[in-house]
Amino acid sequence: MGKDCTVRVASPLRSYTGGAASVTARGATVAELLADLDSRYPGMRFRMVDEQDAIRPHIRLYAGTREVRRLGEPMGGETVLHLICALSGG
Amino acid sequence: MGDTIWIGTRKGAFALRADARGRAFRLSGPQFLGHIVHHIVQDPRDRKVLLMAAKTGHLGPTVFRSTDRGRSWKEAAVPPAFRKAADGEKARAVARVFWLTPGHPSERGTWYAGTAPAGLFRSADGGDRWEPVAGFNDHPMNAKWAAGLATPDGEFLHSILVDPRDVRHLYLAISVGGVFESTDGGRDWAPLNRGVAADFLPDPAVPFGHDPHCVEMHPACPDRLYQQNHCGIYRLDRPDDTWIRIGKSMPKSVGDIGFPIVLHPRDPDVAWVLPMDGTAVWPRTSVGGRPAVYQTRDAGRSWRRLSRGLPTRQAWLTVLRQAMCIDACQSPGLYFGTTAGEVWAGPRGGASWRRIAQHLPEIYSVTIAR
Repeated sequence: MGKDCTVRVASPLRSYTGGAASVTARGATVAELLADLDSRYPGMRFRMVDEQDAIRPHIRLYAGTREVRRLGEPMGGETVLHLICALSGG
Repeated sequence: MGDTIWIGTRKGAFALRADARGRAFRLSGPQFLGHIVHHIVQDPRDRKVLLMAAKTGHLGPTVFRSTDRGRSWKEAAVPPAFRKAADGEKARAVARVFWLTPGHPSERGTWYAGTAPAGLFRSADGGDRWEPVAGFNDHPMNAKWAAGLATPDGEFLHSILVDPRDVRHLYLAISVGGVFESTDGGRDWAPLNRGVAADFLPDPAVPFGHDPHCVEMHPACPDRLYQQNHCGIYRLDRPDDTWIRIGKSMPKSVGDIGFPIVLHPRDPDVAWVLPMDGTAVWPRTSVGGRPAVYQTRDAGRSWRRLSRGLPTRQAWLTVLRQAMCIDACQSPGLYFGTTAGEVWAGPRGGASWRRIAQHLPEIYSVTIAR
């Protein structure tokens, strides 16, 4: 089931983590890690990933410095997952 | 305690609380500042309960639930979501929860939600866990009914109506798609658009593909439906199945285009609309820069202009489909909110109007909680 990873949480998602900017979750793949994250912080995953397992349009995930395109991607030894909210306009 | 007017905006939720006489209003909020709030609806079966349809620019759509009249909110454990698409099937994902309707009085805790893209969802536990209504979302005709002829903000499913006499009798509307009816609790559906114009289609006599902006069922006379459509104002008296264009009796210089339609809580012959300019490129602003509400007291045979107190020139208001409502007073008061962040109150049926809030974000919905 992979090792503990650090998850860096963007501010729009911190209502789920009690305000924490950095939390821990475990998973060998991004999907596993997000599932573990959702078990610890219920509801968080669906705000980032839709019901077809697509990453939402204004969400970006990075395993280390590598952008994650599909949830099945392995963490590949990276120990940090960045949850980034990307939006522009008024 | 007076009524509370809940205001859903593009940047959060606000509330205007009336004093006991309904004259002075105090603004509170924002709650969920920065959230896109499409609808806030009170449960008439338990008035402490409110549901809110929301998302943010970044985050996916969800529903929040309050059991203490809006003082605190808790997110749904399972928000509305389509079922997982099978291999080769078009994958649908809820982009926004747009509409909320409490279920039948006999089904305490039941709610319906309409989404963009067009989907119908049901909760049996007060809005905590939502399930797709397969009878509509997976109907063999669904791909044609909800064909993706979207409005600029998406393809909305809205105006979910539950017949108070029959828990199995439902209506819904899609912009763009038309009005649909179910008589078996949502297992099967059929279009209900005969008589409605669809001027924007090559064949205006199609059975579906229309653009209802807002459909209302009269609470005391559920056989009577009113509809503000992209192509006019209509009334339908069931069991007839042909809508009558009652907007033809509006002044020609004003037209019968708009978004909301509001019904008197007791008199099925009385309704109000707020006309928008639907000419040429469809400005969707108050006609001529002179906003006015129009009222019928004879089921649409005639209309009268109610504009006392509203700006008389250079006022280019837009009022969206969920942004006008009515209270339950003996002589009911009306309220509407504009995309420029103003809320207007029209007591005594809109006999005169005054602005009761301004400088709010773009207003999407204005609803009453008693």
